[in-house]
Amino acid sequence: MEFTFFIEVLAGGLLAGVMYSLVALGFVLIYKASGVFNFAQGAMVFFAALTFVSLVERGWNFWLALVVTLAVMVALGIATERIVLRPLVNQPPITLFMATIGLTFVLEGLSQLLWGSQPHGLELGIPDVPMEWLSQRWNINISQFDLFAAFVAGALVAVLAVFFQKTRIGRALRAVADDHQAALAVGIPLQHIWDIVAGVAAFVALVAGLLWGVRNGVQFALTFVALKALPVLLIGGFESIPGAILGGLIIGATEKLAEVYIGPYFGGGIESWFAYVVALLFLLVRPEGMFGEKHIDRV
Amino acid sequence: MLYREAGQFKSSYAQDQQIFPIRQDRVAIWLLLGFAFVVVPLIGNQYWLGAMLTPFLIFALAALGLNILTGYAGQLSLGTAAFMAVGAFMTYNFVLRLPWLGIIPSMILGGLCAAAVGIVFGMPSLRIKGFYLAVATLACQFFVLWALQRFGWFSNYSTSGVITAQEIRILGYVFDTPAKKYLLTLTVVVVMALLAKNLMRSEIGRAFMAVRDMDVAASVIGIPMMKTKLLAFAISSFYCGVAGALHAFCYLGTVEPEAYSLDLSFRILFMVIIGGVGSILGSFLGAAFIQLFPIVLNLATSGVSHAFNVEISHAVVSNLEFIFFGGLIIFFLIVEPLGFARLWQITKEKLRLWPFPH
Repeated sequence: MEFTFFIEVLAGGLLAGVMYSLVALGFVLIYKASGVFNFAQGAMVFFAALTFVSLVERGWNFWLALVVTLAVMVALGIATERIVLRPLVNQPPITLFMATIGLTFVLEGLSQLLWGSQPHGLELGIPDVPMEWLSQRWNINISQFDLFAAFVAGALVAVLAVFFQKTRIGRALRAVADDHQAALAVGIPLQHIWDIVAGVAAFVALVAGLLWGVRNGVQFALTFVALKALPVLLIGGFESIPGAILGGLIIGATEKLAEVYIGPYFGGGIESWFAYVVALLFLLVRPEGMFGEKHIDRV
Repeated sequence: MLYREAGQFKSSYAQDQQIFPIRQDRVAIWLLLGFAFVVVPLIGNQYWLGAMLTPFLIFALAALGLNILTGYAGQLSLGTAAFMAVGAFMTYNFVLRLPWLGIIPSMILGGLCAAAVGIVFGMPSLRIKGFYLAVATLACQFFVLWALQRFGWFSNYSTSGVITAQEIRILGYVFDTPAKKYLLTLTVVVVMALLAKNLMRSEIGRAFMAVRDMDVAASVIGIPMMKTKLLAFAISSFYCGVAGALHAFCYLGTVEPEAYSLDLSFRILFMVIIGGVGSILGSFLGAAFIQLFPIVLNLATSGVSHAFNVEISHAVVSNLEFIFFGGLIIFFLIVEPLGFARLWQITKEKLRLWPFPH
């Protein structure tokens, strides 16, 4: 009993961690390609989910709404790049970071201005119930939807990995991530690459928005999902896709285990900050995260 | 024509190093202070004093605290509201548990508690920087609010977690009206702003700026990194803590931990960005702008709804506020990264040449 409960908590945590990874992935993609820490990713997730759910509620076909939302998100990503980030090229990274905080506010206001601020439910056709055969045989409750989400995340990462490793555009993306100027020198069109990255990040935001929307409902609190993804980034490193996945798993698992096993000693509710403390302790050992690039400072 | 220093000779180092080297500036600042201390309490009504000017001064003080950390020492923090919360709740507890202390020492002690929290959460800054650090300070934001809500001791075991600030009494004199609270706030803010200005002109301030500009270079020329960074966190959170105490005692009266959410941290960061990063004056200008902006926006939308006869709901206005705030931040970062303070400086330089610009 005790052990199955542990497994259940662990599995739930790992699967929740996958959901964090999905959001973290959006941060990593932008950061890798352009060196911008895009705080607005959470607002993008919210915007995507809200747009999609509002279109569906207005009687649109599921796939049509999906395509339209994706188009809107890509347009938004490219517009962000053009209007906000490009004029700030060569500014210190912290300035860009603050600009994306501003962008967060714009997106949050805009999405609620367009679609209203009431919460929506979202259904993708996969019920959020424990799987029967697991609970019957081993008395472990694991949600079907969680597994589906994990599967989607895994597929997404696989697709991204193939995209980055095997395609021409992927190679160009990696070259840009490595060194902007060298990439420019060998004739890689930087602007197109940034547009593509903005598009991919928008796509990841849409996927994350849909999955989180089913889990928590589409409401303003969805923007806080980004705050959950930040410790994941700290642990995994800002530049690494595998880091985002592994970091998500670590954060998800430790958070849930801590809530269940340590939480009662503090009166519960430690989930809100525990992930950050884990990340901070981790940073004391490895300041650049697990797979982040080591920075060498020169005077 | 009026604003130039021709004919003002400095014959001592003290004269050369004063904060306002030009006589016109000195006259202007004395007039401004006189106006704020004497005229404003006389002509201001309850609404202006209690709901506009007092919070403006308090937020300016908090922005000043963040500006010391972010603008001068270059460490971005998203935990400002948490430091304010520590200041507010600890001051409440000092007044409650050690009533013989008096309100001002309690506020100072509350500020010191905030400084201690600031040092603890500033430790990671020795290892990490930039947005890694910004994310780390979020830990402070969440942890402090959780602790204040979870442990009843902080709110004297009140069931809702809400504290009611005690009466402010200094040497038997009770500060109960908005005008008196305004004067108390103004005094504290003026004293602390003067201290900050001088601190930033001293060796400590120069060390902060060296760390901001490049910390490796700063440590190479012999600036102790640990001491400087932690001192920046300590001073900054002390200012925020005192601002929090004033926020609870002079402005709100009753506060709950949720009042110091991440949103407030962002608001204060916005004040710093819009007002001017690395400028004492900028903190005040930014706070004034953020304080006045929603009111202007409200007037504008109600004007529009009257003119075109359309109904604009409250939700729309608050969303517009979000959009405008965010847009302004981006606009300022792109067009004038040093904010209003820089604009004011440019104006002054223009004014010195006016009306013969060559």
